[in-house]
Amino acid sequence: MALSQTEVLAGLAEIVNEETGIATDAVALDKHFTNDLDIDSISMMTIVVNCEDKFGVKIPDEEVKNLETVGDAVNFIVSAS
Amino acid sequence: MTKPELKQYDTVKYSRIYALGAARGELVVTNDDIAGPIDSSDEWIRQRTGIVTRRRAGANTSLMDMAVAASNEAIKGAGIDPKEIGAVIFSTITHQHATPSAATMLAELVGANPAPAYDISAACAGYCYGIAQADALVRSGVAKFVLVVGAEKLSDVIDPTDRTISFLLGDGAGAAIVGPSDYAGIAPTVWGSDGSKWDAVGMTSSMLDYRDGKSSWPTIRQEGQTVFRWAVWEMAKTAKKALEVAGIEASDLSALVTHQANIRIIDEMVKQLDLPEHVAVARDIVNTGNTSAASVPLAMHELLRTGAVKSGGYALEIGFGAGLAFAAQVVVLP
Repeated sequence: MALSQTEVLAGLAEIVNEETGIATDAVALDKHFTNDLDIDSISMMTIVVNCEDKFGVKIPDEEVKNLETVGDAVNFIVSAS
Repeated sequence: MTKPELKQYDTVKYSRIYALGAARGELVVTNDDIAGPIDSSDEWIRQRTGIVTRRRAGANTSLMDMAVAASNEAIKGAGIDPKEIGAVIFSTITHQHATPSAATMLAELVGANPAPAYDISAACAGYCYGIAQADALVRSGVAKFVLVVGAEKLSDVIDPTDRTISFLLGDGAGAAIVGPSDYAGIAPTVWGSDGSKWDAVGMTSSMLDYRDGKSSWPTIRQEGQTVFRWAVWEMAKTAKKALEVAGIEASDLSALVTHQANIRIIDEMVKQLDLPEHVAVARDIVNTGNTSAASVPLAMHELLRTGAVKSGGYALEIGFGAGLAFAAQVVVLP
């Protein structure tokens, strides 16, 4: 069953918060992981692996570079779920 | 007429590491020293990698100089005559002759001539590959003592403008003497490779391309995210398997000695393994940098030298890197 965008955003925000300490309400759909949230490539990979575990989806290495914004990640997870 | 039966080696039940040796490049290279060409800073490098300094060898210090120094310390510590060494295994990716091997020269220089001697290319997994082979050679009766060396002069193959890996790298050599034992000193090795990720970390081009003017001097690059993901989550599985085949739990360990690739890989692996606080975690990368095949023995040597761990405890050592190649085993600290 596909997850909702709201569910995924909330779950992703928790994961980002755990990895980086960024407040969950700052993790909005239009935020750029690098430019707005200052998340580096290693933290991004930790977030990706934790998303895979939490949402039961597979996010291949080659897809990670396309996930530039929170919205990109949410949409990918929703469509893959 | 009956054929005489062939003789085979008499086997030995157990092996162990007798002693370690270490040598680091003599130059202490700070983050400020290298930050300019990668448009970075001391703070950025510390945060992203944990590295404060990396040790590099000057122009007058060779790969072999460091390998000999580390080997001589290990041989002395083991209290053996180098003539008793029955094999020399040299793991490196920075011996700049395709042939002859670095190992035969090392055997000659440490007084182990005419021991069989050969190089292995398993990058950051190389020392643990070497320990696996030494364990097998000793227990099968092929060699009484084996000299295992992981040594690199990575500063010969770095690009100062590369932001993927060059700024992490250092130079050094670690050595171990493996020999027969009254008790189990080297548990089974969990090792393997994944050539589907052959391109994830390695040289920018071949020597043929360099010869033909199609590339500049080959240097090391990596796909950081791919390697990080594999190094943490896949290698945590390998580490757990190494504990399982050793028949021990994480709480039985005195030390975790991973390849010193990046402090964040080490910290994440500690998390994945759910290590109890009493387990000493090697973080030699802070002062030495990433020395590929040398990093595991250098890090273990440092834990012993500083008294963070004592001889006789169990250490889980795990190497992983280009290939991709990996190896992990639990050993008794020498």
